[in-house]
Amino acid sequence: MELFSSDNKVDNTKIKVTDAVRDRIPDGLFLACPYCGTQIYNKQLGDYRVCPECNYGFRLQARERLGLFATDFVEFDADLTIDQTDFPGYQGKLDRAKKQTNMNESVLTGSGKIAGEEVDLGIMDSYFMMGSLGSKTGEKITRLFEHATANQLPVVMFTASGGARMQEGINSLMQMAKISGAVATHQEAGLLYLVVLTDPTTGGVTASFAMQGDVTLAEPHALVGFAGARVIESTIHEKLPKDFQRAETLLKNGFVDKIVPRQNMAEMIGKIVSMHKQEVADV
Amino acid sequence: MFDFIKTMFQKDVNPAEIVKKSREDRFMARELINGLVSDFVELHGDRLSSDDSSVIGGIGRLKGRPVTIIAIDKGTDIQDKISKRNGSPEPWGYRKAQRLMKQAAKFNRPIITLINTPGAFPGKDAEAQGQGEAIANSILESMKLTVPMIAIIYGEGGSGGALALATADQIWMFENATYSILSPEGFASILWKDAKRSDEAAAIMGITPSDLLEKHVIDQIIPEGRHHAKIFEGMQDKLDEEFKQMQQMSGEEIVAARRARYRAF
Repeated sequence: MELFSSDNKVDNTKIKVTDAVRDRIPDGLFLACPYCGTQIYNKQLGDYRVCPECNYGFRLQARERLGLFATDFVEFDADLTIDQTDFPGYQGKLDRAKKQTNMNESVLTGSGKIAGEEVDLGIMDSYFMMGSLGSKTGEKITRLFEHATANQLPVVMFTASGGARMQEGINSLMQMAKISGAVATHQEAGLLYLVVLTDPTTGGVTASFAMQGDVTLAEPHALVGFAGARVIESTIHEKLPKDFQRAETLLKNGFVDKIVPRQNMAEMIGKIVSMHKQEVADV
Repeated sequence: MFDFIKTMFQKDVNPAEIVKKSREDRFMARELINGLVSDFVELHGDRLSSDDSSVIGGIGRLKGRPVTIIAIDKGTDIQDKISKRNGSPEPWGYRKAQRLMKQAAKFNRPIITLINTPGAFPGKDAEAQGQGEAIANSILESMKLTVPMIAIIYGEGGSGGALALATADQIWMFENATYSILSPEGFASILWKDAKRSDEAAAIMGITPSDLLEKHVIDQIIPEGRHHAKIFEGMQDKLDEEFKQMQQMSGEEIVAARRARYRAF
C-alpha cells in the first residue's frame, strides 16, 4: 500500500452528524460542501465562500462575486429587462429572480478593475433563472463586447448558466450566434477575451461564448459540460465516472488552461491581463 | 421553376403534424447533395482525431460554380442510422465542417449546409472531446467566413447542434421542417413534467417555418412535393441567384452583413 494513498489520509469528511445533533444547530450554521460533502461551519467558508477541504467555490450571486474581485465598477444596462413575457409562468419566475438577486437579468456587466487592471467584465448569476441565456442576457453580453472593442479593453467573463432560456424559445438560441458575432469582432481587434468557468456552466452557454476565450480559467471542481449528465447516462445506458464534467477533467482533456482557486483568481486575472496590454506587446 | 414562399402561408397548419413529418425520411442527405450539385467529391475527416459519418462534406458544382456542401445525414437503413446516431453529430463532425468551411473561404467558394438533426450527440466521448467547444467554434468560425453561406434545414433543426451549421447569411427551411431550442418532448417534460404533451408544446413553441419566417429567423420556405427533381431544380436556380448577388459584395461586407443579421435578435 502506498504511504500517501488517499485511503490513509486522516480527514474529517466523514464525521457523522446525527439528527439529534442537527436539531440543536441553527439553520445555516453548518453547510455541506456540494462537491466533497464535508460539513463546514459557515464561518469557515470565509469571504471567498470556499470549502476548506477541497477548495470548491460555493455558488455566488453576481453582486457577491463582483465585491470579491472588482473595484471601480461602473455597471452597464442595469435596467435592461425583457418586456415580452407572454410565455406561461415566465413573468412570475422573472419577478422572483429579480427580487432574489437584485438584478434585472441573469448577467451583470460593466467596466471596472481587477487587481488594478482595467477590464470590461461580465458576471453571470446562477440564482437568476439558473443563469439562463435570455434575449436580454445576450443583449447585455453583446453590448459588453461592443463596448470593449470600441474602448480597446479586454473582456473577463465569469460564466454560470444552465444554458438556453426555454421560455424565450428560438430567440434564446439566436443569442448564441449574436454574442459570437461580437466576440469575433473583439477578437479581430486583437483584444483579450478571458473566460472564467464557474459552477455550473452548461448547455448553450458552453456551446458558445464560454468556449470562445483566448484564455480559459476554471474554479476548482466547477461543473462544466454541454449535455446534462442524466441525458448522457440515458443515451449510453451507463453511469458516468465521478468528476466526468468537472473542471479537472476538462483540464485533462484540453479544454481549460488552468484551474485557479477563488482566493487567487483576481491576482491571476491581473497577471494575464497585464501581459496582453498594448504597451507590453510593443516592447 | 417554382415560386418560393416568401409570405406567411398555411397559418392553419398543425405544428404537431409538421413535427411528425420533419422526422420522416422525406429527403435523404445524399439525394439532396446529388440533386443540387454535380461532380460531388466527398472530403473526409477533421484532421484532428476522426471522421464522423453523420456529417457529409465535400465539393461540387452548382450550375457550374464550385461550392462547398456540408450535410447532416440521419442514415438510410437501420444499421446506417445507428452508426450516424440518427443524425446527431459528434464533435469531430463539427470540426470536419469547420475545416471545410475554412477551406471554402480560402478558395472563395460559397457554402451550402443541409441540416437535419435532433441535436448534437449527448454521448460520453462527445462530451469528453468537447461537444460544447466544437459547437461554439463552429458558430464563431461561421461568423468569420468571407464567402456567402446559405443553410437549409430539411428535417429537424435541433438546437445548438443545428445552429453550429446554420450561422449563415440566409436560412431556408423545407415546408415540413422544424427549428427549435429543444424538442417538443423535452419542452413538455420541463414545462409540465410530461413528455407526452409534446403536441401541445409544439403548438406554443413556434417551431414551424411560417412562425420562424415571421420572426425573421429564416428567410425562405421551400415548398415540398413528390417531384424531388423539380424541387432541386428550383433550389439550384435560387441558390445560384443568391450567390451571384452576394458575390458582388466584398468578403468584409459579407461578414459585416452576417453579423448584423444576428445582431438584430
